[in-house]
Amino acid sequence: MNVASLAPLAVVLPFLGAAWAFVLIRHPRAQRRVSLGTLTVTLALEVWVLARVWQSGPIAVELGGWAPPFGIVMVADQFSSLLLVVSSAVSLAVLAYATGQGAADGEESGPVSVFHPTYLILVAGVSNAFLAGDLFNLYVGFEILLTASYVLMTLGGTGSRIRAGITYVVVSVVSSLLFLIAIAMIYGATGTVNLADLAIKLGELDPGTQHLLHVLLLVAFGIKAAVFPLSFWLPDSYPTAPAPVTAVFAGLLTKVGVYAIVRTETLLFPTDHFNSVLLVVALLTMLVGILGAIAQTDIKRMLSFTLVSHIGYMIFGVALSSVIGLAATIFYVIHHITIQTSLFMVTGLVERRGGNSSIMRLGGLAKLSPILAVLYFIPAMNLAGIPPFSGFLGKLGLLQAGVADGSPLAYAVVVGGVVASLLTLLVVARVWNRVFWRSAADAEDPDAVLLSTAPDASGKESMRALRSSKHVDATEGRFSGENEVPILPKMMVYSTMGLVVLGVAMTVFAGPLFDLSQDAATSMLERTAYIEAVLGLGAGNP
Amino acid sequence: MSINLTLLLVMGVLYAVGLYLLLERSLTRVLLGLMLLANATNILLLATGGYAGLAPIFNKDIPSSAYNDPLPQAFILTSIVISFAVTAFMLSLIYRSWLLSRADHIQVDQEDIRVAMQDLYDDEEDSEIAIEVSDFHENNQPLGKRETIPGIVPKRVIDAKAVATSKKDVHPESPVLKTPEVQSPTGEKE
Repeated sequence: MNVASLAPLAVVLPFLGAAWAFVLIRHPRAQRRVSLGTLTVTLALEVWVLARVWQSGPIAVELGGWAPPFGIVMVADQFSSLLLVVSSAVSLAVLAYATGQGAADGEESGPVSVFHPTYLILVAGVSNAFLAGDLFNLYVGFEILLTASYVLMTLGGTGSRIRAGITYVVVSVVSSLLFLIAIAMIYGATGTVNLADLAIKLGELDPGTQHLLHVLLLVAFGIKAAVFPLSFWLPDSYPTAPAPVTAVFAGLLTKVGVYAIVRTETLLFPTDHFNSVLLVVALLTMLVGILGAIAQTDIKRMLSFTLVSHIGYMIFGVALSSVIGLAATIFYVIHHITIQTSLFMVTGLVERRGGNSSIMRLGGLAKLSPILAVLYFIPAMNLAGIPPFSGFLGKLGLLQAGVADGSPLAYAVVVGGVVASLLTLLVVARVWNRVFWRSAADAEDPDAVLLSTAPDASGKESMRALRSSKHVDATEGRFSGENEVPILPKMMVYSTMGLVVLGVAMTVFAGPLFDLSQDAATSMLERTAYIEAVLGLGAGNP
Repeated sequence: MSINLTLLLVMGVLYAVGLYLLLERSLTRVLLGLMLLANATNILLLATGGYAGLAPIFNKDIPSSAYNDPLPQAFILTSIVISFAVTAFMLSLIYRSWLLSRADHIQVDQEDIRVAMQDLYDDEEDSEIAIEVSDFHENNQPLGKRETIPGIVPKRVIDAKAVATSKKDVHPESPVLKTPEVQSPTGEKE
C-alpha cells in the first residue's frame, strides 16, 4: 500500500482533533496539547506524502470504494501536496502563537475555549479544498473553512468584529452561492463533477457554454481570492479579528481561492483563455491594493491591503499560462503564505508591546525591543522583494515569465509589478521608520504603554517584561487577565521566530523549491498525469 | 427532455426577490435575501437532474433510464445543511449587533472614514519644514503666527517641544486613549 494513499488523513486527523478538543473544552491545557499534537502529526504525514508524490507523481485515493468518476476522489499532486505542507506548517506556527497568547492572558472561561476546535476545523477545511478531486467536494471544503472562519472572525463578539464579521459572512455566502450555481450548471452541461472527468468533457462543450461556466467559476473564486474588483471585503474585515486569526486568514484563505483559480485555468479550461482579462485584473489588483496600503495608518489594515496587492502577482503568473509563469506563481504562493502570516504575527506582538497598531502612536520599538525589530525587518524586506530574499526570487521569476511572453499587455503588467513592488517597499519602510526607528517621543500621539515601559535589556528580558492590567484596553479586551500578564510571551515570540526562519529557509532552499514548482507546473499544464491518476491509464490521451 | 417550467419560474422569482433583499441595508432583510438565493440555487440544482423519474433504488427489472438522477438531490441536501448552519450563525450575529448598537443596519467602518478624511500627505514625508528663526519664542505661538520661510504655508507642523510637554501630561499609569471621534454620516438618522 502506498503511503500517499494516506493523504485523506490530512482532513480526517484535524477533524478528530477538533472533536477531541471540543470534549476537553473545560481543560485548556489538555486542549492545547491535543490541538498542537494533532497538527504536528498532520504536518509530518503531509511531508511524507509530499516526498512520495514528488517521486511518483499524482496519486488519487478513492473514498468509499466507488470508482471515479462516480465516487468521491481525493487527489494529491505536486501542487496540492506542496501547499498542504506549507499551510500545515504555517497553521501549526499560528496555533502555537495563539496558544502562547491564550496561556499568557488566562483563558479559563469565555469564548476563547471554542478557538481550538474551530481552528482545527478550519485546517481540515483548507486541507479538504486542496485535496478535493471533484468540484462539489471543493465546495464542501470551502464551506468547512468558511464556516469555521466566521466563528473565528467574530470571536468575542465585540462591536467592531460583529460589524466586520457580518460583511465577511454575507460576501462569503454570496461567493459560495455563485460557486454552487456554477457547479449546478456544469453538472447540467456535462453530467459530472469529477475534476479529471470534467477536464475531458468540458473541452467537448460549445465554446459559448464554456465561456459562461468559466466566467462563473472565476468570479466565485475571484471573490474568495480577493482579486481586484472583488477584493473590497478583505481590508474591511481582516484587521478587526484577533491577531492569530488575522495571521492565519491572511496566509491561507485567499490562497485557497488562488489554488482554485489555478486549477480552473490549468485543469478545467486549458483551451478557453481569458488571459488578457486576467492580466488586466492582475495589474489592477497589484496597483489598487498597494495604493490602498499607502493611505493606511493602521499596520493591520495596511498589511491587508498589501495582501490584496500581492494576490495580483499570483494571478499574473496564472494568466501567462506558461510553465515558467505557473512555476513562479506556485513559488510565490508558498512564499507569500509564510511571509504574510509572519508579518501579521509580528504586528500582533507589536500591538502587545506598544499597546497600539497605529503608526501614528508608535515609535522607538527598535530600542525598546530589538528582537521585534529583527522579526519585522526580515519578512518586511522579503515581502518588498529585496534581494536575496524569496520574495525577490518569486518576483524575478514572474517578471521573466512576463518578458518571455512578450505581448504588450504582459510588459505592462511587468512594469506594474515593479511599481507595486517599489510601493510595497515604501509602505513597509514607512512602518519601519515610524514604529521602530524614530524615538517614541517623536510619535504624533504616543501610546501610554510605549512611554511607561522600560527597554528590554535582551531578548530573554523582553519576554519576561510585565504589563499591569491597568492598561487593559476595554474595547478590544486584549488583556483579559486580572493579574499582570507577560507582555511578550515566549511561545508567541518563538512561534513568530519559527515562521520567519521558515521564510528565510525558503530563500536558502529556493533552488530545490523552484525545481519542485517547475515540476508541478509542467505536470499541471500537461494534465495527463492528473487525469490518469484519477481515471486510469490512457484516459488522458483522447 | 421535458422542462418543468414551474420550477424554473419559481427559481427566477426567488433569484430576483433574493437579490433585491440582498441589496438592502437592513441585516434581517439581507439574511432573508440570502435564504431565498440559497433556495433558488437548490431549485437550479434540482433542475439539472433532468426530468422526474423513479426513486433511484436499484431493481434489475427497471431500465436505468427510468430512474431519477440522485446526485443533484445529494448536492441539494448538502447545500441545505450548509445554508441552515450559516443562517443560524447570521441570526446570532444580527442579534448580537442589535444588542450592541440597537440597530438592524450594517454599521459604518469608523477607521475607513477616518482614513478617507485624513490629510492627503503624510506629515513626515511631505510637509514643508518650518524654519525656526529663533529658539526662544515661536514654539509657544499658535500655528499661523510662526515664522517660516516667506511664501511657504506650514502644514501641520510637528513641534518637538509641544510633544515633549504633552508627554509629561500623560501619566504613565493612565493611558490617554484618544480614539478619533468621527461621526458616521448615516448613523445619526435613527
